[in-house]
Amino acid sequence: MSLLVDVRKRLGGFSLDVAFELERPHEVVALLGASGCGKSLTLKCIAGIMRPDEGRIVLDDRVLFDSEAGIDLPAQQRRVGYLFQSYALFPNMSVEQNVMAAIRAGSRQERRKRARRELEALHVGELAARRPRELSGGQQQRCAMARIFASDPELLLLDEPFSALDGYLRWQLELELADTLRRFPGGVVYVSHNRDEVYRMCDGVCVVSDGRSGPKMGMRELFEAPRSLAAALISGCKNVSPVSALPDGSLRCETWGVTLFCEVPFGLDVTHVGIRAHYLHMGEGENRIPCVVDRIIDSSFSTIVMLRTPAGGLLRYECEKDAWEGLEAGESCVVHVARRDVLPLGEGGAR
Amino acid sequence: MDWYPLINSLRVAAVSATLVFFLGIWFADVVARLPRVVKGVLDVVLTLPLVLPPTVVGYLLLILLGPRRPIGAWLLDNLSLRLTMVWYAAIFASVVVSFPLMYRTARGAFESFDQTLADAAHTLGRSDAWVFWRVKLPCCRQGIMAGVVLAFARALGEYGATSMVCGYTPGSTATVSTTVYQLWRTGDDAGALAWVLVNLAISAVVLLAVNLMERREREFAVVGRWS
Repeated sequence: MSLLVDVRKRLGGFSLDVAFELERPHEVVALLGASGCGKSLTLKCIAGIMRPDEGRIVLDDRVLFDSEAGIDLPAQQRRVGYLFQSYALFPNMSVEQNVMAAIRAGSRQERRKRARRELEALHVGELAARRPRELSGGQQQRCAMARIFASDPELLLLDEPFSALDGYLRWQLELELADTLRRFPGGVVYVSHNRDEVYRMCDGVCVVSDGRSGPKMGMRELFEAPRSLAAALISGCKNVSPVSALPDGSLRCETWGVTLFCEVPFGLDVTHVGIRAHYLHMGEGENRIPCVVDRIIDSSFSTIVMLRTPAGGLLRYECEKDAWEGLEAGESCVVHVARRDVLPLGEGGAR
Repeated sequence: MDWYPLINSLRVAAVSATLVFFLGIWFADVVARLPRVVKGVLDVVLTLPLVLPPTVVGYLLLILLGPRRPIGAWLLDNLSLRLTMVWYAAIFASVVVSFPLMYRTARGAFESFDQTLADAAHTLGRSDAWVFWRVKLPCCRQGIMAGVVLAFARALGEYGATSMVCGYTPGSTATVSTTVYQLWRTGDDAGALAWVLVNLAISAVVLLAVNLMERREREFAVVGRWS
């Protein structure tokens, strides 16, 4: 199983420039990015719903799209399963008819049998006679997956599969979908803006920012050593500042008015640094930042403290609820950050 | 009472509503997918008969189909087929006049159709034609039905263009509406009144049918949601 995607498309003022690869069977790769960054557009290009201006899409040894060779396989022949955000079940048909619609070969009897089998496999066999509007969001998702599997896809595209659901149900379904994906032999491209969901469900991740994709990286790499500003922000890094490199190898942070040393080697292209909120520590140490407590926010499981830095910019500090020392707004304090926790970052575009 | 005008009116309306059904949904589907400028121009052309006086439509039809005009003359010479002053000439008139009603309602219904359903069907290997007949049309059936009923009712009540291309020949081209005018013009007030009552009855039945259809649709939707 392999998938190569390298496409460019202009759409009004927006330009898409995305490239990534899937190499192993069962591989689940996430396209992670804020809404409107071009993730769904990329899926539409792969599925053949939208035509890229130029580039190549190759699935195993089949060329789905190649602008130079003039190849543009219609969506019907691509064998790419697409789970839409809204699940897109046909509202005028029963669940069973929906699944049968994806099966082309065989008599009516055989198609019905196959549809039943796909529904049973996802534990929704008893919903066969229902209409989509009578189903919960979770049931709709399972029926839509059954319909996709009935079309014998070689690749799955999942577009924000949980955006229509919430809370406990969402967690339950996530576990189920993870099992389902493990049984699927082909590759999966998983679009989401939720970093935690992506961390749990996927093997690799491409950060997409403003239509441009970054390099594919492992999950740990994204969270422990993001290289670009976009990757750092989407991975949940709360503190970033533009920097200028000083001759002694330190970095001058504009937003915070301090100079920090960083253990990770960086090149000339470094433009920002990032510090995760829970990697800041109270008290003296290397990379010290004198601050004034600006406000204290009680969150569900942690305490968030906004600290005013010498240059006026705010730093976000987070700790366990019980660990907060009880400083009041207006009091002075010092925080420090270990050299290995200062992340040097390249400019905006995720590449 | 001679029932010929009623039978003639019903058959003209039925044939033209059927024709308008296919023409209307076809144009609505095609026009919706055209580039914006072409769409704007075609939209005006296709809706024009709705705002033109029916007499203008009748005049234009006579220019097109009249026995001394190219098309009409050719058909008359080669197939001995007359296109005016025969009962089926009324079909041309009512198709043109009722077409915009079907086209507009169908286009409105198609515009609210969720395009991702079509995209989903395509990724599942289904053709455009399958999507159109099996998903798009059923999803838009309420709007389509409303269009058909309106077109049928309009064809039934068509007078202006019809009287120009068919005239009034009892037992041949007479329709309900031309009969009312003819009887009133010749001073047969009682006869005219009878046909007026027939007209009122038909209109009431049509409107009742529309309402019943809508209510069934609503009840079905509610039952569906809670069962």
